[in-house]
Amino acid sequence: MSATPLLQLRDLRVAYGAIEAVKGISLELAHGELVSLIGANGAGKTTTLNAIAGILPTAGGELLYEGKGIETLPAHLRLRRGLALVPEGRGIFTRLTVEENLRMGAYCRRDEDGVEADLERVFTMLPRVKERLQQVAGTLSGGEQQMVAIGRALLSRPRLLLLDEPSMGLAPLVVEKIFEVIRSVAAEGVTILLVEQNANLALEFSQRAYVMESGRITLAGTGAELLADPKVRAAYLGE
Amino acid sequence: METLLQQIVNGLVVGSMYALIALGYTMVYGILGLINFAHGDVLMVGALVALEAIRLLQIHAPELGLVPTLLAGLSISVVVCMILGYTIERTAYRRLRNAPRLAPLITAIGVSFLLQTIAMIIWGRNYHSFPQLLSTAPLEAIPGVFITPVQITILVVSATLMVALVVLVNKTRLGRAMRATAENHKVASLMGVDTNKIIAATFIIGSALAAVAGVMFSSNYGTAHYAMGFLPGLKAFTAAVLGGIGNLGGAMLGGLVLGLVESIGGGYIEDLSFGFFNSSYQDIFAFIILGVVLIFRPTGLLGERVADRA
Ligand SMILES: Nc1ncnc2c1ncn2[C@@H]1O[C@H](COP(=O)(O)OP(=O)(O)OP(=O)(O)O)[C@@H](O)[C@H]1O
Ligand SMILES: [Mg+2]
Repeated sequence: MSATPLLQLRDLRVAYGAIEAVKGISLELAHGELVSLIGANGAGKTTTLNAIAGILPTAGGELLYEGKGIETLPAHLRLRRGLALVPEGRGIFTRLTVEENLRMGAYCRRDEDGVEADLERVFTMLPRVKERLQQVAGTLSGGEQQMVAIGRALLSRPRLLLLDEPSMGLAPLVVEKIFEVIRSVAAEGVTILLVEQNANLALEFSQRAYVMESGRITLAGTGAELLADPKVRAAYLGE
Repeated sequence: METLLQQIVNGLVVGSMYALIALGYTMVYGILGLINFAHGDVLMVGALVALEAIRLLQIHAPELGLVPTLLAGLSISVVVCMILGYTIERTAYRRLRNAPRLAPLITAIGVSFLLQTIAMIIWGRNYHSFPQLLSTAPLEAIPGVFITPVQITILVVSATLMVALVVLVNKTRLGRAMRATAENHKVASLMGVDTNKIIAATFIIGSALAAVAGVMFSSNYGTAHYAMGFLPGLKAFTAAVLGGIGNLGGAMLGGLVLGLVESIGGGYIEDLSFGFFNSSYQDIFAFIILGVVLIFRPTGLLGERVADRA
């Protein structure tokens, strides 16, 4: 693939009113990489992902996608370029059925056959979802909702998938299942930026990772390097 | 017995018009959390534009039959109101999307006054008689119970439009996007939905229904007037609240129930109040219902969520 990174943040700043939550961070993702972003509560991870996806405005710095600045591009047009976010808390449409939620993921697609084929692929990956297609999504369990949220994002055929704490509030077995799905998505060549509280899991799982603290990136490296780093062990792995 | 049946017929006719207007209130509320108080005035514009169009057609194209003239007038009025609804959203409400909720509410009242004032400048303060293109001669449906061709048309057209709307909202891609946007604008935009377009579409659809209702009102009562939108608007708002604001089925149910209560209650109000009120006081039922619902069941008959929108 080309040498231009798929996603590049240069000194990116994001603020809520006068309060800056992301204070100039730089990071990049090459095509096909699986990278995670870890950090304590309130570090600014969600803020970062939301700004990349376009549901929060940037307050400074550059946000390059496929080499082009997208700072002012509205969220719905970013999705059309292949940038999808599974938001924190899943963002399920609770009053729509499971099937309608999934079809919302394919909202911008006109290739009906492709959509049907992708739906089938999602069903093979997430068999639980298929059994519940006509159920109102608000009545699903947390794990099922997370699966629908991921399946929905996949139906947009993303090139870059941003995942905000997909393991939040889920039992270990369900988390395992979800990470399996993420791994198979990555294996298909989708570039992934994963935000996780569970640092151990994230670091073992990804090729590279960034550590975020109070709005800044303080460490970066391969998953293995960071797992071995005493500071990381002390701060995020409870040692 | 015939009296009661007659009142039910009348109630359903008026109620189906309330329902059409209430749908506009409830759709906008569902998607924006905004009470569009100018909605009743869109109905008024619909009626007056149709009146004007029909007058012109009668002068310049007298060979056109009655029904084609009415349909042409109605179509023109629907198109004008769709543009009007879009313009109101675009110019008055969109920039207030993130403002505190009182701001768009006050703006809505301002838009209402503006539309009435403009209509008053164009059409004056008098009541205009609305051309009777369909017969208002009562037919005896069953012995003692009468219904006019206009009323039959109102029932059929409203029922058709309501079914069409339900299908649109529940079965189409646009409808799915409307429901998704109503639930969460941000997540909808993450799905690639241009939420501004969806909101505009909501105003446009609601305004089209209001235009049709305006023509129905004027056809049924034979008049049109710059302030005619106020009372039906307020009653349809009551109907929407009664059914559960934000809920489509609720708006329809609320409209029909309100129409029936008014019509039946109007028939007995003289007895109930020992002759103190006569049937011309039937408007008070709407406000009694509004008060009672807001006090005892603010979520309405079918609504569950009212306060869950930020
Ligand atoms: N809507 C908001 N308005 C004001 N401040 C906010 C808002 N959302 C987040 N913040 C603040 O921005 C900072 C970063 O929050 P963010 O949600 O990005 O953290 P996070 O790393 O995702 O945390 P967590 O792991 O708990 O999800 C926090 O200090 C938070 O209080
Ligand atoms: Mg977060």
